[in-house]
Amino acid sequence: MGLLSKKDSKLILDPLADNNPITIQVLGICSALAITAQLKASIVMAISVVFVLGVGNVVISLMRNIIPSKIRIIVQLVVVAALVIIVDQVLKAFAYELSKELSVFIGLIITNCIIMGRFEAFALGNGPWRSFLDGIGNAAGYGVILIIVGFFRELLGSGTLLGFKVLGDPISKTGLYALGYENNGFMLLSPMALIVIGIIIWVQRSRNKELIEE
Amino acid sequence: MGLKQNLHKLKEKYKGTKMAPAFNALHTFLYTPNETTHSGSHVRAADDLKRTMNTVIMALIPCLIFGIFNAGYQHYAAIDNTLRLDPLGNFFTWDNFILGAWTVLPLVIVSYGVGLLVEFIFAVIKGHEVEEGYLVTGMLVPLIVPIDIPLWMLAVAVIFGVVIGKEVFGGTGMNILNPALTIRAFLFFAYPTWMSGDKVWVHGAKEMAGQPDAISGETILGSLAQNHEPIYSIWDSFWGFIPGSVGETSTFLILIGALFLIFTKIGSWRIMLSAVLGALAMGLIFNGVVDAGWIKDGSSFYGLMSETFWHHLVIGGLAFGIVYMATDPVTASQTNKGKWIYGFLIGFISVLIRVFNPAYPEGVMLAILLMNVFAPTIDHYVVRGNIKKRMKRLKAKTA
Repeated sequence: MGLLSKKDSKLILDPLADNNPITIQVLGICSALAITAQLKASIVMAISVVFVLGVGNVVISLMRNIIPSKIRIIVQLVVVAALVIIVDQVLKAFAYELSKELSVFIGLIITNCIIMGRFEAFALGNGPWRSFLDGIGNAAGYGVILIIVGFFRELLGSGTLLGFKVLGDPISKTGLYALGYENNGFMLLSPMALIVIGIIIWVQRSRNKELIEE
Repeated sequence: MGLKQNLHKLKEKYKGTKMAPAFNALHTFLYTPNETTHSGSHVRAADDLKRTMNTVIMALIPCLIFGIFNAGYQHYAAIDNTLRLDPLGNFFTWDNFILGAWTVLPLVIVSYGVGLLVEFIFAVIKGHEVEEGYLVTGMLVPLIVPIDIPLWMLAVAVIFGVVIGKEVFGGTGMNILNPALTIRAFLFFAYPTWMSGDKVWVHGAKEMAGQPDAISGETILGSLAQNHEPIYSIWDSFWGFIPGSVGETSTFLILIGALFLIFTKIGSWRIMLSAVLGALAMGLIFNGVVDAGWIKDGSSFYGLMSETFWHHLVIGGLAFGIVYMATDPVTASQTNKGKWIYGFLIGFISVLIRVFNPAYPEGVMLAILLMNVFAPTIDHYVVRGNIKKRMKRLKAKTA
């Protein structure tokens, strides 16, 4: 990493694994359960959050010395809301089908606890460049889990990946389906997303014993 | 040198290694352990965990044997309807037994094989002894699934049920949900086409669907949910000559199993009795609603609501669930007062789900799982209430 100092690269890499917002801090669970039935939706959601959190962190960081601390939450909300509306409009303009699929959940990025959490915990006390890295890192950590969950849920629940029938056609019985395989309908229900996240947490903690809390 | 000595030797050889729990489990499954406790005072009783489990399995054996015959009988009776004119005469035949054994025994083998394998793997990784918890679950699972469930689905569900339902909580005795029902619930939500409808309860019905000689295996609950008159009498249902999950059709044998469990003090009579009362109460309420004229003939709930209230006890899996799964000592309430509340709500909610949600005609599974979750809460308040009462008494005495 010649581009970034060791301290800066830690800002990006830490949230990807050992300080992951979902699996370690257990934030942003609601959207992780709601939109991960399809891999495509997970990826779009991940990118949207990376954009909102990366830019938002920079904006808040730039304004950190002029925001009166009594109304800082309102200021933060305005910033997130503005960014989320941009994402929403872009999706409506260029990927209308997808935006219909994600429906209310793009708007609900505003309520994603990771975003307000990073504004409060990091952007208000650090410079724009470091805040930017922190925002990208945390959003990517969130996105990685979303994509992993989306991958397994779409593969096992619908037998497709990004809409491609990777396991064969369930109706004309080709590929795996010819052997009697069937899609697992439970995977498409939200409870299974929670269980998949639980399994990810389980795997992560059994690989790194330091993460286990008493 | 007998098998016993060989096992002793193997055990000594593997002592302290990673594989030790696996050999210990094999050894204690077959024989009484050769070591005794040396220090301290211990309660020595014959009814250890293994004995308890074996008693439940003994109570389940009649259901399993009946289920084997019934699997064959339902298949042949669906093809040749005249067999139903004399169920008893056409029931205990070799043909029924052979076909039944051919379809039911693989379910038993897969259930035990996969489940015990998972338990062995976890025991070896975690370095503890293999627990007996799966013995009863492994017997319950084949009895509560439809006869034609593909074996790989059963295997997937068993892995899920044992790992997510039990091992993540810390293994036998620590689980919140009944593992057998967790497995069934997983199958139900994951592969609904194999777990409900009128094509899964009779062997061969699904393959023959759409052909001229198609056979139908609608259960009584299924018929009632669609406002059809069921073709089976209530006595058929009591003796068990009806389609359904493998081992739960015969209320008569379940009753015998219940008496056996109560007599050996393994199953709680409080839970069984209160669950029956709960189901009857809900049934009476629905009958009352129909009698009052609030629900008319055309309503989609009419069929199930107007069913005479005590019929609910003999149709569907309610009796089986109450006797063998609601009484699971790990997941049920522990206090006596709690057991009454817990049991009553199971019966009550079972009939409620059964009537109001035609998509889940078998409410007892969901009712037991729901009450499993609430059991610790019920206990908590019963214990707190008890403490309060005693405090009051103490204050009255000292004041």
